[in-house]
Amino acid sequence: MAGILGYGAYVPYYRLTRQAIGAGRGERAVASYDEDSVSMAVEAGREASPSNEDKNHSVDTLIFATTSPPYAEKLNTAAIAVALDLPASIRSMELGGNTRMGLAGLLLGTDLGSAGKTTMICAGDVVVGGPGGARERDSGDGAVAFVTGPDDQAIAVVLGQASTTTEVLDVWRLPGDQFARQWEERFGIEVLGPVSLDTAQRALTDAGVAPDQLSAVILDATNKRDVAGIPRALDLKAEQMVDMLADNTGRCGAAHAGLVLANSLDTAQPGDKILVLSTADGCDAVVLEVTDKINNGRPKRSVQHWLASSNNELAYNTYLKWRGVLPFEPPRRPDPGRPAAPIMKRNERWKYSFYGSRCGNCGQGHLPPQRVCVKCRSVDNMKEERFADEACKVTTFTLDHLAYSLQPPVISTVADFDVGGRLACELTDADPTAVKIGNRLEMTFRRFYTGQGVHNYFWKARPQR
Amino acid sequence: MASNGIKDQVAIVGMGCTAFGEHWDRDASDMLIESATSAYQSAGVDPEDVDAYWLGTFASGISGMVFSEALKTPYKPVTRLENMCATGSEAIRNAAYAVASGAYDLVMAVGVEKLKDGGYSGLVVPGPDGDGTESSMTAPAMFSLLAPAYCEKYGVEEKELKDVLSRIAWKNHVAGAKNPKAQFRKEVPIEKICNSPRIAGMFGVFDCSGVSDGSAAAILCRAEDAHKYTDNPIYLKAFSIAAGPNEGFISEDYDFTTFQEVVVSAQDAYKQAGITNPREQISMAEVHDCFTATELVLMEDMGFSERGEGWRDVMEGRFDGDGEQPINPDGGLKSFGHPIGASGLRMMYEMWLQLRGEAGERQIDNPKLGLTHNLGGQPGRCVSFVSIVGNELG
Repeated sequence: MAGILGYGAYVPYYRLTRQAIGAGRGERAVASYDEDSVSMAVEAGREASPSNEDKNHSVDTLIFATTSPPYAEKLNTAAIAVALDLPASIRSMELGGNTRMGLAGLLLGTDLGSAGKTTMICAGDVVVGGPGGARERDSGDGAVAFVTGPDDQAIAVVLGQASTTTEVLDVWRLPGDQFARQWEERFGIEVLGPVSLDTAQRALTDAGVAPDQLSAVILDATNKRDVAGIPRALDLKAEQMVDMLADNTGRCGAAHAGLVLANSLDTAQPGDKILVLSTADGCDAVVLEVTDKINNGRPKRSVQHWLASSNNELAYNTYLKWRGVLPFEPPRRPDPGRPAAPIMKRNERWKYSFYGSRCGNCGQGHLPPQRVCVKCRSVDNMKEERFADEACKVTTFTLDHLAYSLQPPVISTVADFDVGGRLACELTDADPTAVKIGNRLEMTFRRFYTGQGVHNYFWKARPQR
Repeated sequence: MASNGIKDQVAIVGMGCTAFGEHWDRDASDMLIESATSAYQSAGVDPEDVDAYWLGTFASGISGMVFSEALKTPYKPVTRLENMCATGSEAIRNAAYAVASGAYDLVMAVGVEKLKDGGYSGLVVPGPDGDGTESSMTAPAMFSLLAPAYCEKYGVEEKELKDVLSRIAWKNHVAGAKNPKAQFRKEVPIEKICNSPRIAGMFGVFDCSGVSDGSAAAILCRAEDAHKYTDNPIYLKAFSIAAGPNEGFISEDYDFTTFQEVVVSAQDAYKQAGITNPREQISMAEVHDCFTATELVLMEDMGFSERGEGWRDVMEGRFDGDGEQPINPDGGLKSFGHPIGASGLRMMYEMWLQLRGEAGERQIDNPKLGLTHNLGGQPGRCVSFVSIVGNELG
């Protein structure tokens, strides 16, 4: 048997209200202009492995699931691995193709756990729908991460699972297409409704759990009506059905089933049994039982914490600009250039893993890492130091109205770390009018821009969330 | 180990300077031809008389051939050099040291920049390939870090400092209005400066220097030969340049209210020139007012004002064209314009005019010693250049 050892969620700071789109109540989560499925997966992964190096380094396999891979060819998982400071000796893989792959990855991870392996599964998605359509309105952006392994350490163990693979034209998108398409919904319901119910029943049978023993039921699907018949068919009560966060985040693609599971785990009690089901081109379902290790296994920030930390004043046209849907007048500044492969490789520990250095002689911190100490001039007497999880504060800042950005003005700050060390960096997820000297900051992994077809990832600071 | 300097060993005997501005109809070679030709005429020499050249350009061309091909100089040595915004000053420093060494008798330092062909707002800095982690801050953003830090350290209200910065811009526009070669030749009301659209931090458009095209050139010889060429040479008293180790963006000790590079280069220059009280002994200065806050901080770094008092001196008019210590009498980078490679030599051109009594409407009363200050980079990490020149030996 195997289970979940830890988990973490990430919901981006911005929300687009459905009122702003002119379409109903609630809001959807929106990845900022400098975020993508990889950067959000890193944020969730960091939550799932809270600055515990031993835990991090015991990961054997890293799986990334998304329907919005930043690179169609080139392993996105590798960028996540280095940003999470995982060792190069891990196995890595990527799942895509539909939104079920987040839960599929989790089940793959628990299967690997049965073989004694520790796996991290990160799922992240930026779901872009055609303007005015249901996908735009009902979807969201977000990420979740799980660490799975043998059940003696698990906060939740797998009691049973089931899967179905269905060839059906339901939701599809050609390479290069901006928006997915969906066949007439009534047809999808006809095919995937029975598939979903059957998969749920088989998972419960596999687990030896009766429907009325479930404390939480999570039903995720490309079309929510595919799974709408399950509660009645299984005679589930309203209190067993969990909030699918439709009004808070929208459905966050491959991350969504996991994100809702994380929300349930945030308040779950030992002994709770949870059914998680995700439908897309078939169905995966799992029945989990929460263990008494849950109370020590939660991440620092709950899903509700992420939901509460938000800004829902995003304008619809800004959102469309961020997603590349709406063309806009560029500033009279050069387009961002392409970072160079050899330099990124040489500086990988800095650029991705965010290691600076500290002088072994006088203790001065250096970001980026230096060979010669700026204070005492000692040469090659430095120790590597990771600053990714260190807190810092605004020492001085400026609002740059001239610099190229999808969200002007750029907030440039000089930040000093509590542990010692200074960094000049961009401040993101911040209100330009509210920045003050002394503001507390934390680091966040971001996609700065894409120049000549190359994504440029690095770290920024954000106000503590 | 010593920074001995070359006090009174080298003289400037001729200079030329183009108007600065948006020269849509001229390229870098056109401007080089104009500045070099007027420098030859000013010194009364033929191009063949000049033994060697130092060409400063930041990004308007590569190699000495930018000059030799424009002027068709017959197989003379031309060194092209670059030291960010201090490029023009670096050209004259190296040219002067070559004369002082005895290697050449007559040399030219020339600077040029063509910035307005790119189609961009502000300055675009070409750089080597990178890993994408480099700061994306624009020049005004970098320098705007000075303003809140200054307020914080000296207890000045932001609104109060805005008035100080606006007065610096106003002063330099008043000076530019009297300068036929300046890019901006109009006085601008303080209220208009104060209310101009924000570019970065507290800086509005009028807090920023002009982005411009231009060129300036100087002809130098040994001091003892100066009177062969002119009755009114100016003498080089000190040259200093300091390149910083980037302490400002590494060490938490740096507070963005000073340029350590400026302090060091100014002290070195004063020592070379024998100056003990710059506030009293320096008649006038052309300083690197790339942004208004830069000029404020420079006043303190160069010892023209006490620490934390520069803003009061500004408001009291000490640095006005008719003040006790005029700063940027030609309009400065602010209104003369800032074609990078030419700026250091443009500063020297104003010294040349003022010390010879040829500055016309903006002539300062009987100046003896002038200072030029040129800075490349940003607060916390820069190169700083200081020169001192005079119209008398000794």
